[in-house]
Amino acid sequence: MTMNVRTQQRIAVGFLFFCTVLVVLPVLVVLSIITYKGFPALSFDFIFGMPESGMNAGGIFPALLGTIYLVTGAILFAVPLGVMSAVYLVEYSRDNAVSRLVKLAIVNLAGVPSVVYGLFGLGIFVVFLGFGVSILSGSLTLGIMILPVIITASREALESVPQSFRTVSLSLGASRWQTIRHAVLPHALPGILTGTILGLGRAAGETAPILFTVAAFYLPTLPESVFDQTMALPYHLYVISTQVPGVREDFRFGTALVLLLLVLILNLTAIVLRYRFRKKKRW
Amino acid sequence: MSTHIAVRDLCLHYGQNCVLKNLSLEIQRNEIFTIIGPANSGKSSFLQTLNRLNELSAEFRKTGSVTLDEEDIDTIDVEQLRARVGIVFALPFPLPLSIFDNISYGPRMHGIRQKTQLADLVERSLREAYLWDEVKDRLHHPAMNLSGGQQQRLCIARVLAGQPEVILFDEPTSGLDPISTARVEETMMVLRDRYTIVLVTNNVAQAARVGMRTAFFLMGEMVEVGDTKDVFTRPSDSRTDEYVTGKFG
Repeated sequence: MTMNVRTQQRIAVGFLFFCTVLVVLPVLVVLSIITYKGFPALSFDFIFGMPESGMNAGGIFPALLGTIYLVTGAILFAVPLGVMSAVYLVEYSRDNAVSRLVKLAIVNLAGVPSVVYGLFGLGIFVVFLGFGVSILSGSLTLGIMILPVIITASREALESVPQSFRTVSLSLGASRWQTIRHAVLPHALPGILTGTILGLGRAAGETAPILFTVAAFYLPTLPESVFDQTMALPYHLYVISTQVPGVREDFRFGTALVLLLLVLILNLTAIVLRYRFRKKKRW
Repeated sequence: MSTHIAVRDLCLHYGQNCVLKNLSLEIQRNEIFTIIGPANSGKSSFLQTLNRLNELSAEFRKTGSVTLDEEDIDTIDVEQLRARVGIVFALPFPLPLSIFDNISYGPRMHGIRQKTQLADLVERSLREAYLWDEVKDRLHHPAMNLSGGQQQRLCIARVLAGQPEVILFDEPTSGLDPISTARVEETMMVLRDRYTIVLVTNNVAQAARVGMRTAFFLMGEMVEVGDTKDVFTRPSDSRTDEYVTGKFG
């Protein structure tokens, strides 16, 4: 017996819907558990206080501040460098074996496990360049980790700017750099921001790259320069969840919730920026 | 009349493909020189050689010489050359900027910063392209909102703002309706007084309407060149005759 078309259609739609639910559900469950268990811990003292009595009381401010420093440092380092190399790759480099190899390498770097970046950062920044275990080393390591994401997104953004903009600009006697500066880059900005958003999220959440390069188990004072160590949220979460026995559950979930909220706020800022750029673009 | 552009033994290649063979011709100052011919006859490639725009393609090779006022175009600074030899493309490509910023783009790139000077240039160019009256109240609106015909005249005005000597038209009306086409043609007729115009067109009738001299290109060769009247009424080559009377092409 053959099913009628309508039944087939219902089954297909139902199955696709089920798959979507399967993807969304775990995220929702994770979010609600973290919110449910972590929300009671949230208070002014928790967010802006120093940890006390073996991290079982007080707050997580040093870790929160440390993560903000690290993410800011990584972005300051990776965005200009990434965007500029993407501009070179898209606008200037000739299409040959070498440039294809470079592009392939960059795409693949995005898939390198973060702990490898951590070891790399330890070797080059901490030891070889002598920055020590410091915010500088950690930021640079995170920056290197998110470079491939930013370069790839920037390249795609640049490549999606219509070729006609370049031709018209050059035909009006603009130089190549003027063309990039005035006719290409402004229209690639929203895409570049998207890459930055993805990078931000990753930099804020990773533990392995900061493990050897910056993160401190516990510090009684806030960092004073880029050569100081700092606590960081993902590492702090790891420490209070597995390394220190008997930390209050709401503190653990509260820390996770703060980390989530931080990434959310960073992303929202970038999304608002991107929206405002898009509104200005009229074609 | 004096020679404005002189082409000697020009051959154009894209990779292994030869698109134009041994072309020699002279274009006079203040004439409308039209080039007709079927697709793939090398006419657009030739046009884009005059302001070195096809150098953007890595595959492009050129032999022979082109001179502008007896100066080899390869020795002229390419940004200067493109300001002196402007081009209007087949499709209007406004940049995603306001009308004002589109027109003033070229001059700004050449270092003119003064607001009043730019405003003068914009007004003059728009008047020359017969667009001023239609857009004077919305200069700061996006150029993308204009109609197709207006956009094409905007592109003409944008070229004029660069204060060129030569204007290249690459099938400028192929995407326009008959009325917009007529307006663009009228504009060309007026511009002839001040500029040298080279018009590549698929539309044989257009060449007959606006051309002063006409060249017929076929498969990378110039079959015939002469006064437009002669090319259309008593062509010396039978292939020209067949093309202009619509037997092929």
